[in-house]
Amino acid sequence: MTDLTQSAGDRFPATRWSVLQAARSSNQAERSRAIDTLCAAYWKPVYKYIRLRWNRPVPDAQDLTQGFFVQLLERSLLEKFDPAKSRLRTYLRLCADSFVMNEQKAATRQKRGGNIAHVPLDFSAAEQELGGAAPVDPASIPSPESLEEFFEREWIRGLFELAVEDLRVYCGAHDRERTFLLFEKYDLSGDDGVSYDRLAGEYHMPVSHVTNCLAWARREFRRIALERLRELCGSEDEFQREAHAVFGWEAK
Amino acid sequence: MTLSDKVLERLRSGPQEPDLSGTRYRLLERLARGGMGVVYAAQDENLQRRVALKVLDLPEAAGQAGDLATRLIREARVLARLEHPGIVPVHGVGTLADGRVFYTMKFVEGQRLDKFLETVASAPDRLRLFLRICDAVAFAHARHVLHRDLKPANIMVGPFGEVLVMDWGLAKILPEATAEPLSAVDPDATLFAPDSSSAHGNDSTKSSVITGHGTVMGTPGYMSPEQARGEVASLDARSDIFSLGALLRFMLSQPATGSAAPRLDRSLAAICAKAAAENRDARYGDVQQLSLDVSRYLDGLPVSARRETIFEKTIRFYRRYRFFILLMLAYLVMRILLLLILKR
Repeated sequence: MTDLTQSAGDRFPATRWSVLQAARSSNQAERSRAIDTLCAAYWKPVYKYIRLRWNRPVPDAQDLTQGFFVQLLERSLLEKFDPAKSRLRTYLRLCADSFVMNEQKAATRQKRGGNIAHVPLDFSAAEQELGGAAPVDPASIPSPESLEEFFEREWIRGLFELAVEDLRVYCGAHDRERTFLLFEKYDLSGDDGVSYDRLAGEYHMPVSHVTNCLAWARREFRRIALERLRELCGSEDEFQREAHAVFGWEAK
Repeated sequence: MTLSDKVLERLRSGPQEPDLSGTRYRLLERLARGGMGVVYAAQDENLQRRVALKVLDLPEAAGQAGDLATRLIREARVLARLEHPGIVPVHGVGTLADGRVFYTMKFVEGQRLDKFLETVASAPDRLRLFLRICDAVAFAHARHVLHRDLKPANIMVGPFGEVLVMDWGLAKILPEATAEPLSAVDPDATLFAPDSSSAHGNDSTKSSVITGHGTVMGTPGYMSPEQARGEVASLDARSDIFSLGALLRFMLSQPATGSAAPRLDRSLAAICAKAAAENRDARYGDVQQLSLDVSRYLDGLPVSARRETIFEKTIRFYRRYRFFILLMLAYLVMRILLLLILKR
């Protein structure tokens, strides 16, 4: 199994269609890598979803999140997924719902920490993003439709975080660390005060160079994000729909 | 790295959405997508007015960037030389911080022609609308510009009934000296008149050839047969006349909301058929001739597209002078009655 920051080259080869095919492979190593890839993309949305949808306290939500991915592997749930019927993220969200309900009923949950030890799950960061570890006020729990939107948004956030890390690694491998720095300052900082002129002055380069660097980084970011997305889809049709949901236009 | 909601939105739209930093424009909303770019509504912060901003897509490959930029700049220049109330005026052209070329034009508040027709049931009103479209196209032809993509989606009707011909992205500029088709090296070429005042000294707008990416450009149903065959070098005004003929047929056959599809009058059908003839030699020679025929129809006069029978001439004569004919008849009836009464 790999780390969350696995680079594009460490993941499935470009010729492989998707993580689903790998998850159905007879090769144990490939199956494990498939679950790793899924876990890397989905653990945060699943964790936040369990916290919000099921109003579970932090330790329970952490345990349920890990348990969910273990069950995904053990019960071969991915093999039952049919891309013609639904999107993978919808399927996983429904699986998570079903898993939490079953766990509630059985109340036989055991601590599962360590079962997916190769994917470090930074729950404290996820909790911070959620706005604190305080118990969720039941009155503030959104409607099922809003929860679906919430899950989609968190899934996109997770996908982009992975793509940003991939881009960082890619830039490092291609001697473009400065390009990534520019991208980080202009596009990832969320600071409206940053301008092309300011960056040009800061890094002693012409504005046109900043322009070119940022255009390159955005293009590469998009390519990497779409690559990641392609891995996480079960069919070309699903990929096109998801690409539209993520970027708002057809992926070429 | 944790991405905030704001950063998330930026990344979701970032790669394609124009980065307007460093310009006087502020992005408002996305309006429409065209063949090579997207049109946005933007606020001109200096003049405090809304403009439409057309910007290229991010190129998929490095080599595409130059071609597309050249085409967009060319489109802006085509518009700039066509100052006419029926043609959307261009305000400026420039380059975004992310390197993409854009131009701004008047923000047209109105409806697309196909939508607008749903509210207009009267055939004469539709014909008068068509004449205004013809005016704009005739003006462009007089400036040696062919539109090459005339269709309902590219015609806007403003709140006061003003007509604007949009999307000149496929326009072809004929050489001004002859206004005759020239043979070009590239069979899919658009000719462009040399422009010594070009700010883009090395771009290919100064030369004569701009390729269309090796594809036939236009819209099926509205594109002339010669354009569909890719005979770009030999296109002339009659190609746009074919599109106008197809447009006229559409305008006259589209039912208004709540009413049945209108029946096409024989003379109007003949005008449409002549304008949209397969053989371009059988079409109207220029847009004025087409406009004249439509105007003659509106005035109750014979049209050049069709020879009438004596019966049809009589009917048309009656319709045109119905008031005077009825007046004369009434006078004659009165005289006869008077004579009969006096003879008793």
